[in-house]
Amino acid sequence: MAVTLDQTIAQKQHTLLTRVFASQTFWVVIAVILACLFLSVATDSFATTKNLYNITRNITFVAIVALGMTFVIITGGIDLSVGSVLCLCSMVLAVTMHAGYGIEIGIAAAIATALIIGAFNGILIAYLGFPPFVVTLGMLSIARSLAMVASNNTVVFQFGPDHDKLLALGGGAFVFGIANPVLYMIVLAMITGFVLRWTKFGRHIFAIGGNEHAATLTGVPVRQIKVAVYMISALAAGLAGIIQTGWLGAVTTNLGNGMELQVIAATVIGGANLAGGMGTAFGAVVGAALIEVIRNSLGLLGINAFWQGVFIGGAILMAVLFDRLRNFRRNE
Amino acid sequence: MSVLALANISKHFGAIQAVNDVSLSIEAGQVVGLMGDNGAGKSTLVKMIAGNFRPSHGTMQMDGKELILHKPVEARQHGIEIVHQDLALCNNLTAAANVYLGRELRRGVGPFRILDYAAMYKRAGQIFAVLKSETRPRDLVKQMSGGQRQAVAIARTMLSQAKIVLMDEPTAAISVRQVAEVLNLIRHLRDQGIAVVLISHRMPDVFDVADRVIVMRRGRKVADKTIASSSPEEVTGLITGAIEQV
Repeated sequence: MAVTLDQTIAQKQHTLLTRVFASQTFWVVIAVILACLFLSVATDSFATTKNLYNITRNITFVAIVALGMTFVIITGGIDLSVGSVLCLCSMVLAVTMHAGYGIEIGIAAAIATALIIGAFNGILIAYLGFPPFVVTLGMLSIARSLAMVASNNTVVFQFGPDHDKLLALGGGAFVFGIANPVLYMIVLAMITGFVLRWTKFGRHIFAIGGNEHAATLTGVPVRQIKVAVYMISALAAGLAGIIQTGWLGAVTTNLGNGMELQVIAATVIGGANLAGGMGTAFGAVVGAALIEVIRNSLGLLGINAFWQGVFIGGAILMAVLFDRLRNFRRNE
Repeated sequence: MSVLALANISKHFGAIQAVNDVSLSIEAGQVVGLMGDNGAGKSTLVKMIAGNFRPSHGTMQMDGKELILHKPVEARQHGIEIVHQDLALCNNLTAAANVYLGRELRRGVGPFRILDYAAMYKRAGQIFAVLKSETRPRDLVKQMSGGQRQAVAIARTMLSQAKIVLMDEPTAAISVRQVAEVLNLIRHLRDQGIAVVLISHRMPDVFDVADRVIVMRRGRKVADKTIASSSPEEVTGLITGAIEQV
């Protein structure tokens, strides 16, 4: 039978089902579901409204930052400064509002801070050729230090005239009793997924991660896009900082300390490749979910919290192991 | 009338004379093999046509009009396309995505425009069909053979109305069977009325597919003749300098 042109054009490498089974994200989802089922049976305290509310809300901060990180990791870069940027943006928001300004001005100042830091990182990396690791490692130190300077290393817990508005923004539940941060996360994840799949910008991000030289030769504005991804990453950290401030009701200078590692872990567990060229919005959220479920379950099962790192580290290695196994099979 | 004509083109970098007083013309639907040893000036010549360098002396004409290029994008706008030696492909993207890289099709209104996957798959599929390549638009480039990858890189040049395609060592690092595939791709380009400049070290490939051969040595053009009137032995002599000039 002759193959028509239309058939060739329509020919896919995998059916939907094989593609689902071949994706790391799918297996992580299965792991999350199994863990939840197990915990519901094994403990009385897991499947309670209060605990689920806590888990979903805890996932969001890591997940929102991981969404921004996904852009950076797809281009083959890394952003180690997110935890500190989150802290600095929270502090800028807190200090501005504490000084008597309204919530709008506080949020605008925090977002502006994030964008300036992201642009600074991006310009050093894209135009001056600094390695991303070094630039963002420097920024990790700088941003946290600036947060201490801004607050004189005190805890800020009074947010001026719009105090209640800020707490409602981060701690409330405007729709169906779902914690607000969860709603923000869902919206941001959908935007991220859309941008990655359906826009020219998203396509170019994957191209840069796949072969930066090729992207340059074919006329992709590589430098501008790199600056943009670091701005997006910082913006995500800033937004998470704003929401977390509202939820906690207080900001300390060790907010987001070590968070960059959790965020990178979440994106990698969700299927992003640190070498670039791979990653999804859904994966980042699912990766964050797995980490939080592990964390939560250890507490509920009465396992010493010191073991947390072992389990989360194990999850990272397992996720990458699955990916390696798949590749071995394909190469044979 | 020739598609591209170079008149007395020279290029020097400081004291080094990379290309010295070269004149040549290229006709539509013709494959020209450009040969020469390393450092003979082939790459410099090609980079001037591609808009990477500006000639120190001499003029270029395209379709009888003077051609002045400041950057590679302008060469592309004039219908000059380059297939890079490393092909410039992204392994993590599909064939269609690679073909359209940097000039993605979009649909929508105003600033709200999304990638038009269907149109890109369709058009890429049609181009592969014209090239008689078995490459499928939705396949990832990662899993392709050397010949198929070459087809993807060549398909790029056919998106716009290319008049000249410059190919830099397209058969350098692929298997014998794939070489035949690539040579066929070149013939299909020629059949579309496109002029092809084939830069190659491989004598059999040039004699197989080219209509004319131009040989360069130490920045000068030392031969420009039809394949029928030359022989591999003669060209080898010209490249090495055993034969001075013809």
